Parts: sequence; C-alpha cells; structure tokens
Amino acid sequence: MNKRQSRLLQRTYLVLIFCFMYLPIAVMIVFSFNESKSRALWTGFTLDWYRSLFHNDMILSALALSLVLALVSSIIATVLGTLATIGINSMGRKTQLLINNISYVPVVNPEIITGVSLMLLFVMAQHFGIGGEGGVFGWPTLMIAHITFNVPYVIFNVGPKLRQLDPSIYNAALDLGCTPKQAFFKVIMPQLTPAILSAFLICLTYSIDDFMISYFNSGTMQTLPIAIYSMTRKKVSPEINALSSIMFIVILAIILISNHMDSRQYRKAQTAVRTAMAEEGGQ
Amino acid sequence: MLRSQTSRWAAAPYLIWMGIFIVVPLFIVIFYAMTTAEGAFTLDNLAQIGRYSSVFARSLILAAEATVICLILAFPVGYSLSRLRANKQHIMLMLVMLPMWMNFLLRTYAWMTLLENNGLINRFLGLFGIGPFPMINTAGAVVLGMVYNYLPYMILPLYTAMTKIDDSIVEAAQDLGCNTGNILLRILIPLSSPGIATGITMVFVPSVSTFIISRMLGGGSNLLIGDLIELQFLGNSYNLNLGSAMSLVLMIIVLVLMSFTSSFDESEMEGVM
Repeated sequence: MNKRQSRLLQRTYLVLIFCFMYLPIAVMIVFSFNESKSRALWTGFTLDWYRSLFHNDMILSALALSLVLALVSSIIATVLGTLATIGINSMGRKTQLLINNISYVPVVNPEIITGVSLMLLFVMAQHFGIGGEGGVFGWPTLMIAHITFNVPYVIFNVGPKLRQLDPSIYNAALDLGCTPKQAFFKVIMPQLTPAILSAFLICLTYSIDDFMISYFNSGTMQTLPIAIYSMTRKKVSPEINALSSIMFIVILAIILISNHMDSRQYRKAQTAVRTAMAEEGGQ
Repeated sequence: MLRSQTSRWAAAPYLIWMGIFIVVPLFIVIFYAMTTAEGAFTLDNLAQIGRYSSVFARSLILAAEATVICLILAFPVGYSLSRLRANKQHIMLMLVMLPMWMNFLLRTYAWMTLLENNGLINRFLGLFGIGPFPMINTAGAVVLGMVYNYLPYMILPLYTAMTKIDDSIVEAAQDLGCNTGNILLRILIPLSSPGIATGITMVFVPSVSTFIISRMLGGGSNLLIGDLIELQFLGNSYNLNLGSAMSLVLMIIVLVLMSFTSSFDESEMEGVM
C-alpha cells in the first residue's frame, strides 16, 4: 500500500466515523420539522413543535431552574476551589497529594455512586431532623451536589496554573512596597484569571448537563436533563427533537464564536510580534 | 504569601466541604451496606448480591464489549487525527467533541428513534425488501448506545498520546523492513499505551454504571448494575441498604480496574477533563 492509498483509506475511515457520530443528530434535526408525530415517516414541513416547545411550561421552568442552579453553583464552586488551590499550594507535599487524591474521587467515581452517596448523606440528615417536615431534598441538596462535583474541576484547572507562576514577580511586588494583600490582588489574581474563568465555564457546562447526580438529589424538582428524561419515559413528543436541535445549534454557535475569537487573538498576537520584529530590524 | 502559613487557611472552607460531602458520604455507603434498615450490623446485604450475579456479569460483559469496540474504532481515528496538519487537527477535534456537549439523554433518545421496529433503519432496509430486524430492546442496542455515547472519551486520550509519537520513528521502522502489523504492535500500541489505559477507564466506568442506556435501548430485559442500584434508591424495590451494598461492589470493581490502568501516566486524564 503506498502513501496515497493509505491517506485515502484514512480519510474514508474518518468520514465514516463522523457519519456514525452525527447521523442521529442529523435525523433529530430533520424530524423536528416533521408534521406528523411519527418518528420515521416524513409527512411535511412544520414549525409547530418549536412553537409548542416555547409554550411547554414544564420545559421552560426546568430550563430556568437549570440555568440558575448552574450559575449559582458554578460561582460558589469557583470561589471555593480557587481559595482551596491557594491554600493547598502552601501545604507540604504529602498533604497536597492526599487532598488531591480525595478531590479526584468525584471525578473518577461512577456518577451514580457520587449521586447515591450524597443522597444517603441527606437521608441521614433527615433522620436527625434536619430540614424539618418537608425534608431536605430540593434546592439545598441540588445546590450542594452540584458544588461538590464542580469544585474538583476548579482545583485541577487552577492548581497547575498557580504552580507555574513565577514567585519572583510576587516577591518583587512586596519589595516595591505592596502589602501581601495588594500583591495578591495585583500580581497573582490577574495571572490566574484566565484559568479561573475557564474553570467557571467548565463548571457551568457540567452543571447544565448533569443528569445522574441531580436525579438522586433533586426531590421533586426538575432540572432540564431530568425533564428531558421524564419526557423520554412518557409517550414521546417531537418537542424533544425541537429542543435537541436548538441546543445543538446554540452549542455549535458558541464553539464557532469562541473559535473565531481565538484565531483572531492568535492573528493579532502574531501581527504584534511581526511588527515588533520589523521595528527592531528597522532600528 | 504564596507559601506562607496564613494562606493555608484559604483551603479551610473546601477541606470542610470535602470532608462532609466527599469523604463522609463514602463511609455512609459502607455503613448502610453493612447494616439492616434498623441499623444493626449484618452482612446479609452483601450476601444477597449473589442473587444478582447474572446482572453484574451482564454489566461487566456489555461494558467490556463496548470498551473493546471503542478501542478498535478509535485507534485509527486517533492516529489519523494526530497525523493531520495543526489547523485541521483543531477543527477535527472540535467535531469529535461537539456531540459530547449535547445532553446524552437526547443522544440516546435519537438512537431509540433509529432502532425501533418501524424506525428509520428498518424502514430504510425495508426499501430493499430486507428485515425488519428487531434491534431495539436487545443487548446489542445497549452496546451500541455505550459505544456511541463514549467513543469520544476513547478518541481524545488516544489522540493525545499519539501526537507525541514522532513520525520519524515509524519511518525508521519502515526503512528497516518492518511491515504494517509490526509497526502497530511494536511502535504504535506501546507508545500510545497511556492513552489506551486512560481511554479504557473513561469508557468502561460510565458504561458499567449506566442505567439510562440500558433502560432506553435495552427495554426491560437488559438490566445492568446501574438499573439495580437505581431501583433500590428511587424505584419500586426501595431498599437503601441493599442499594448501598451494590454501590459498594460497583465501587470495588471500578477501583480494581483503575489499579490496573493507573500504573500508566495519569497526566493524560487532565488533558481530557
């Protein structure tokens, strides 16, 4: 087999795999415009499912709950995790390793275990009378669960960045008369901000997407994934297709925009370097 | 301050949180697994699991099948991606990750539509006079669901590992008369083993513990460990103690697997997170 053939083979294989990955998504998008309720027979074009989706109170309130939950839990997780990273960084090697290993538990454990273990904790808390008549399940348990599985992602995103920082810049700030507090906010924080922001975004996506852990700790509340789950259990409605299509388009748009901004920044940086080099050459 | 005594206190809130919501719950699982509903010590729950050994066996087998299929499918993808030009690699990686960002319930639901008895695939085959084949509610559909959902988790670590393989090593082997099979066995597989290990964990762990995929694509006849646990905690056979015992066994299965694979480089994991 020569190089050309092997490349052709590789291309064909990639195309086939991508077909496999995108076929179901394509089918859903197409059938979200299908007039009949049938999931296999095309009867004509309609936008009815999109219309009824936006009048579906269950989905809209679940979406609102998911967004608020994701936002609040991600903010708390990011603060908690960033503080933790700073604290952990000044501890001994062994303590650091221990804390990191425990923080890995929610990451590597099957989600169902994280879900049920938290549920058991809350059940036990109810036994001891915490939460009173109505019990604890609902907002507080959802919030705690989401913060718990999000914080480790903050620690593993911000931690490596903090370790890479050059301590001499911080020391220089101290030498030049900054108080430790000023030096922290003027020197350390600005350097950590990109990592903290990306950790926050990761938390947001995990939180909005999570089904397993929320499922065991939501009581009667419905996050968006739980609402989707209950929809798939009942007589199915093409509204799900409409919802998936919208979500797919939104995600695609976010990725394209962020990609576009990345490459623009990259080009800007390159032009800056080139101009700097040209100036240097001109001198 | 970066290494001062006072800054250690910044970690205090998290350490308390970690203690209460990560460490304590694990001990509560063990406690529930070893007690009766009244709180007396017993090993009955763990002993009862023997009755469900067929479900445990099915979970392990289906998850293993899905993992092997993912590995076989993903290996060439990882290799081809790692050999593309940098800007193309970027786009292709995005394409691999894009479906992951869609809720997995929706992705699995899409397969329900395709696999049904009068679903799209059967209708398509019907045009040629073939079928209809019963596809949904079979063990094969469950494996397909696992492969589809978790394939990116295998592709990404393999790709990361293979970008580190220098083309000249492969070329040198070719020049020295190595055939394709030997290149695979002696160069590509050994050099990508950290990625293989990470990929196996990342596909096997969610596969063995799922209950959505089996419920949506497997019908009622393909119960997995996850289904059993869910039934004990939120389903009809409400029994927290038995459920905890099952969770404990599942955790041990996962730990044993991890101890096999974690002997390889762990840094691969961070790249995928």
